[in-house]
Amino acid sequence: MIKWWKILGALLILYTIVWGLQNSVPRLDILNETIRNVYYHVPIWFAMLFQMGVSVWFAIKQLSKNDLKSDILSDQAAQVGLFFSIPGLLTGCMWAKFTWGTWWTFEDPKLNGVAIAVLIYLAYFILRSSIIDELKRARIAAVYNIFAFVMMNVFIMILPRLTDSLHPGNGGNAKFAQYDMDSNLRTVFYPAVIGWILMSLWILDIKYRMTLLKQKQHED
Amino acid sequence: MISVPLTHLIKKEFLIEFRQKSTLAGIFVYIISTVFVSALCFKKIINPTVWNALFWVIFLFITINVSSKSFLQETKGKGLFNYIYYNPRHFIISKIIYNMLLMATLSLLTFFFYSWFVGSMVQNMGMYLLCLLFSSTAFSGVLSLMSAIASKASNNISLMAILSFPVLMPLILVSVKLSKFAIDGLAWSVSFKYLLILVMLNFVVIALATLLFNYLWKD
Repeated sequence: MIKWWKILGALLILYTIVWGLQNSVPRLDILNETIRNVYYHVPIWFAMLFQMGVSVWFAIKQLSKNDLKSDILSDQAAQVGLFFSIPGLLTGCMWAKFTWGTWWTFEDPKLNGVAIAVLIYLAYFILRSSIIDELKRARIAAVYNIFAFVMMNVFIMILPRLTDSLHPGNGGNAKFAQYDMDSNLRTVFYPAVIGWILMSLWILDIKYRMTLLKQKQHED
Repeated sequence: MISVPLTHLIKKEFLIEFRQKSTLAGIFVYIISTVFVSALCFKKIINPTVWNALFWVIFLFITINVSSKSFLQETKGKGLFNYIYYNPRHFIISKIIYNMLLMATLSLLTFFFYSWFVGSMVQNMGMYLLCLLFSSTAFSGVLSLMSAIASKASNNISLMAILSFPVLMPLILVSVKLSKFAIDGLAWSVSFKYLLILVMLNFVVIALATLLFNYLWKD
């Protein structure tokens, strides 16, 4: 049976794609039409962070309850989160090319933070693959997951606020709130955030069930 | 579990280290040769950013080398012994304190030789030393836990580096920024914010390490 929230997620994303390209947006220097990227780029990052949060939630659950299902969920959520970083990076790079004139810059703390987040989760998967025993792997991976998540949050939440970022809304750059983020942009932005988070949950659900089936096949 | 006082455990760490003087001497030679090689390569550094970056890269590799030993030498038999005799919280805290002392000393040594061979550019010495001290304590917190994880996984040094580099990154960035301020000789009021963050990171790292180590303890 298909669940209602899956349909809702798909509909919301469809709505943001159709209406996001059609509704009127504020006319700003440099940003111009690229302001529409806020409907795609930002919600995808939110979905990634959400999945990393889910991953840590199940890591904590794994440590307290010691069951392997939480470990599978934690692992799969981290994979979904890492997967979401790819479209997040691509939309960001494309946008940066048209506004900053470059695909990538080391000047921006948010970009550095993302690069580190990707490295942290790659290290997490390497750690997982280096331990064979299932219970041991679940426990050690959970420990690294929690520690890494805290450090990643220090990196992407606290440090960027200390220094200037090139992103809109940081360090003297044009804020969206100044240019009626409340009216036109918000009618698409908020549904987009909810839509992408629901979509990421759907992907997680499918991946989780696939892993369970694979395990079952393995046991038979 | 027989409870052994914390001081006893710290003393044990020192005893083991000083019984095998070769490791300490090895680290000493490692520091001198890295600094000497960089002095030969660069001849004279005039750019303070390069000077600072080179110092932190050298220091990063030294700390990873040193701390990877702290759990990798715990063999299977020893692990069982520790499990029976020691409290996990005491055990990790003793490791962290020992690593802190070791790394603070090593950072001062590295800084001394680096200033000698490459030339010093620091204008606000007090702040630079304070930055070194707090960075080395935070580094030792992170690296002790990472070393414990790596030793449980497959006991190789490359895994240790893979796991530690990304999680050390926020720390390094704060330290680099703070030490750059010290080199430029900025006032205390400017860099106070960063010093505060460094101290807070210390608390976060050590609290997390002591909490999470409990779960690595059992095998």
